[in-house]
Amino acid sequence: MEQKINGTRTGQKQAGPDMDAREYEQYVKQVTPVHSTPLNMLKAFLTGGIICLAAQWITNQFLAGGMEKDAASAWTLIILIGSAIILTGLNIFPKIVTFGGAGALVPITGFANSVVAPAIEYKKEGQVFGIGCKIFTIAGPVILYGTFASWIAGILYWILDMAGLYWA
Amino acid sequence: MGKKEVQTGKASIQFAEGPQIIGSASVVGKKEGEGPLAERFDVIEPDPMVGCDNWEEAESALQKEAADLAIEKAGIVRSELRYLFAGDLLGQLIATSFGTVDLELPIFGLYGACSTIGEALCLGAMTVEAGYAEYVMSMASSHFASAEKQFRFPLEYGNQRPLSTTWTVTGCGSFVLGRKGGSVRISGITPGKIVDMGLRDSMNMGACMAPAASDTILRNFEDFGRGPEDYDRIITGDLGKVGQKILLDFMKSSGYDISGRHMDCGIEIFDSESQDTHSGGSGCGCSAVVLASFILPKLESGEWRRVLFLPTGALLSSTSYNEGRSVPGIAHGVVLESVDVRAASGGRL
Repeated sequence: MEQKINGTRTGQKQAGPDMDAREYEQYVKQVTPVHSTPLNMLKAFLTGGIICLAAQWITNQFLAGGMEKDAASAWTLIILIGSAIILTGLNIFPKIVTFGGAGALVPITGFANSVVAPAIEYKKEGQVFGIGCKIFTIAGPVILYGTFASWIAGILYWILDMAGLYWA
Repeated sequence: MGKKEVQTGKASIQFAEGPQIIGSASVVGKKEGEGPLAERFDVIEPDPMVGCDNWEEAESALQKEAADLAIEKAGIVRSELRYLFAGDLLGQLIATSFGTVDLELPIFGLYGACSTIGEALCLGAMTVEAGYAEYVMSMASSHFASAEKQFRFPLEYGNQRPLSTTWTVTGCGSFVLGRKGGSVRISGITPGKIVDMGLRDSMNMGACMAPAASDTILRNFEDFGRGPEDYDRIITGDLGKVGQKILLDFMKSSGYDISGRHMDCGIEIFDSESQDTHSGGSGCGCSAVVLASFILPKLESGEWRRVLFLPTGALLSSTSYNEGRSVPGIAHGVVLESVDVRAASGGRL
């Protein structure tokens, strides 16, 4: 089956059972539609931008009320996480992600959603084996490798510090 | 008809009598009930939990409802059924175990991923034809939420689904097979082989299953000495739009153009634009409810005389996927004929 399909740009094998795994994968990639990346980026930018703008506005309100900067940031985070949790419970958050993708997932709202969603789903399997064991099924890797990465960074910092290359 | 004639080609069976589908039922969820086939379903369940406590129980409830309705429509009593061939997508077939316990029938639990109803019809037809039972039931179900939970993410988790993904159908299709009394018969079968092209994308199951569908169709043509023109429709289970394109290309490379006759249950069941289902519907329930609600009536009315029905399945688990294995496919071929075709041709086709 070495003949070419008329008019194909890539001139690969004709699609059929004789293809090997790599050829088939390439062919599948060719015939599978994908979301428009520029459009997705625009939606993510808008969604993420709106979330960050709202967060900044909340912080500003706290600061204007005379709160310390650290406390204002902490309260802002609590409000963002709380809102994401409530919106997840109301089945609104997944719809925001369907529209905005990473724009909604990258801010702390996405992390909150990834913890609450399994908690809701696995509640039926009990407090221990359901919620307890499965609450971090999605967020677990972020927590584990996030902690690990900061540990590595700490060691590097310590080594550089010992070598006298202190820069901060 | 001797044994040799019944065994057709390498792996097909041409039934001498051909068991008939004497009762069928389709029970679906709300989303399916808002799709293009809405008016054809027997029951549309508005509550995704079907009044139960969890998704798995809800799926079992769909089975119970479909089974009872199919028995009623067949005009028999439950105790006349001798065996049950049924399956679903969940681990250890829990939807089936809990959904069929009240039927109190000897059961063969089947797993063929989304191709299960094909497997159930093949085995049911063989059992009836061989005289091991007067009546049997073949049934398969799936539920969007229980399948998402098992194979993908918790429902409330936000993510963007690629355009190649399919939407698991919430529904159950149930069929009572008997020696006579129906208007559609299973005249032959071509059971599926596992076909693995090495694709690892669980978000593109149509592409994982299309080569298996093409393989079964080609073997069916060869074993029965038929071509596309011998079927009014060649109907796959849940290849979706991506899988359909691949199937048509594969068939073309083998010298057959089936584009005018091919239909896919997954494409028919949803309106992908307005229902946001992307490539189409999937799940054991998809081909089962489309068979009961759409395909059988067309055969009963005589609009179609003979179709090749091929429920397709993607044989993966979250474990095999995480371990980097590919997603092999399977497709079971079931030849369905309008009963009067046989009468018209003097009982011999």
